[in-house]
Amino acid sequence: MSFFSFGQTAEIDIVLNDAETRKKVEHKTEDGKKDKYFLFYDGETVAGKVNITLKTPGKRLEHQGIKIEFIGQIELYYDRGNHHEFVSLVKDLARPGEMTQSQTFDFEFTHVEKPYESYTGQNVKLRYFLRATVNRRLNDLSKEMDIVVHTLSTYPELNSSIKMEVGIEDCLHIEFEYNKSKYHLKDVIVGKIYFLLVRIKIKHMEIDIIKRETTGTGPNVYHENDTIAKYEIMDGAPVRGESIPIRLFLAGYEMTPTMRDINKKFSVRYYLNLVLIDEEERRYFKQQEITLWRKGDIVRKSMSHQAAIASQRFEGSATAEKALAQAKEDSN
Amino acid sequence: MADTVADTRRLFTKPQNLSDAYGPPSNFLEIDVGSPETVGVGRGRFTTYEIRLKTNLPIFKLKESSVRRRYSDFEWLRGELERESKVVVPPLPGKALFRQLPFRGDDGIFDDSFIEERRQGLEQFLNKVAGHPLAQNERCLHMFLQDESVDKNYTPSKVRQA
Repeated sequence: MSFFSFGQTAEIDIVLNDAETRKKVEHKTEDGKKDKYFLFYDGETVAGKVNITLKTPGKRLEHQGIKIEFIGQIELYYDRGNHHEFVSLVKDLARPGEMTQSQTFDFEFTHVEKPYESYTGQNVKLRYFLRATVNRRLNDLSKEMDIVVHTLSTYPELNSSIKMEVGIEDCLHIEFEYNKSKYHLKDVIVGKIYFLLVRIKIKHMEIDIIKRETTGTGPNVYHENDTIAKYEIMDGAPVRGESIPIRLFLAGYEMTPTMRDINKKFSVRYYLNLVLIDEEERRYFKQQEITLWRKGDIVRKSMSHQAAIASQRFEGSATAEKALAQAKEDSN
Repeated sequence: MADTVADTRRLFTKPQNLSDAYGPPSNFLEIDVGSPETVGVGRGRFTTYEIRLKTNLPIFKLKESSVRRRYSDFEWLRGELERESKVVVPPLPGKALFRQLPFRGDDGIFDDSFIEERRQGLEQFLNKVAGHPLAQNERCLHMFLQDESVDKNYTPSKVRQA
């Protein structure tokens, strides 16, 4: 990108054809700010127009060619020079020549493969962007437009619960259970901690969600741990036979889907850490990995039949019956 | 409007046994350091403290015990635990060498307020250490807390519950 001639000779602008209808999502930038970007999924076509506006009309713009690229790349912060491009498509918009007036060029990248989700992390960034370039002899003019890609999954076929008995011999035995091993980003972790033996003085118990970003390979592997959430589930001392319930809503936390060995460059994994703290501030913990996945949004016009049945479980019959009647009416 | 509502019902749990629910907890451990007594005369004087222990933890052979120990015994215990176990052992109250120098205005290490301060520190130390699951496995801790006297020539070993 050249800053010298930017704004002096010409201005490049990239506009998507479906800019009005396409959804935008918030995505964190490297410096922690949140910005909105157009959301794309794998296989979707990326089409639009490149507007090149001459600043001084009448003055000619000589160029060595105009092109637009669609790029998906992984950038490791400790190795900024090397961008690993896993998607690289190019479309030539104009052959070398002259521009005497402002022009608009159409482009279309049909059914582009976008295999990974956009990710901005502590040590690595994966991004997709369009880059329009006007090649010139001395310096090029270019403009980039970032987009965000989400990868969707469907309900996993196999989603067994996590159930384990752990402890310190003759001191503390617990059995913990989480209802699933794979949770979507708006899911609820439902579980319980059952105390089989308690010979220490427990003060309280909490569940932490830990995100571990792994970059590098072989001897240069680096893990960056980040505690996303700390959720107290018990205050006070339990005794044998007591069961402590867990109900942790994931929608409240900023998380990404689990990413395993993306392009052999990085991984992002999530762990549940069950922590017990005793009267002397000693910590006893058990970490367990969970898989997070992104569910596609399904928008329903009215309260679904399923939701009506669910409300019947918790509320009195009056509201539930009304909801069921409403659902029936809506579906007719 | 709403997506399918997540099932947030609690998982099935066995009802708790009433005797477990209302019975005494199995984590009772109380250690008191008290009754400081200064024994001996002149330069050979030293202070001993009574260590009273009450517990229902099965790892302790005696459910109630009372022994007398002096500061150097505590130092020995701390050294043994640091060497034998992987525990990060908390510090003891100060050695107070300054107080052992002559020509002091007060009673030095036999001063009542100093003994009280030291007593509190020793009590805190013991409660922290004795409640540690790994320290409870050490023979030296059990010998210190419940045996008549400390045998410094013992063989370090781990205690296994019968």
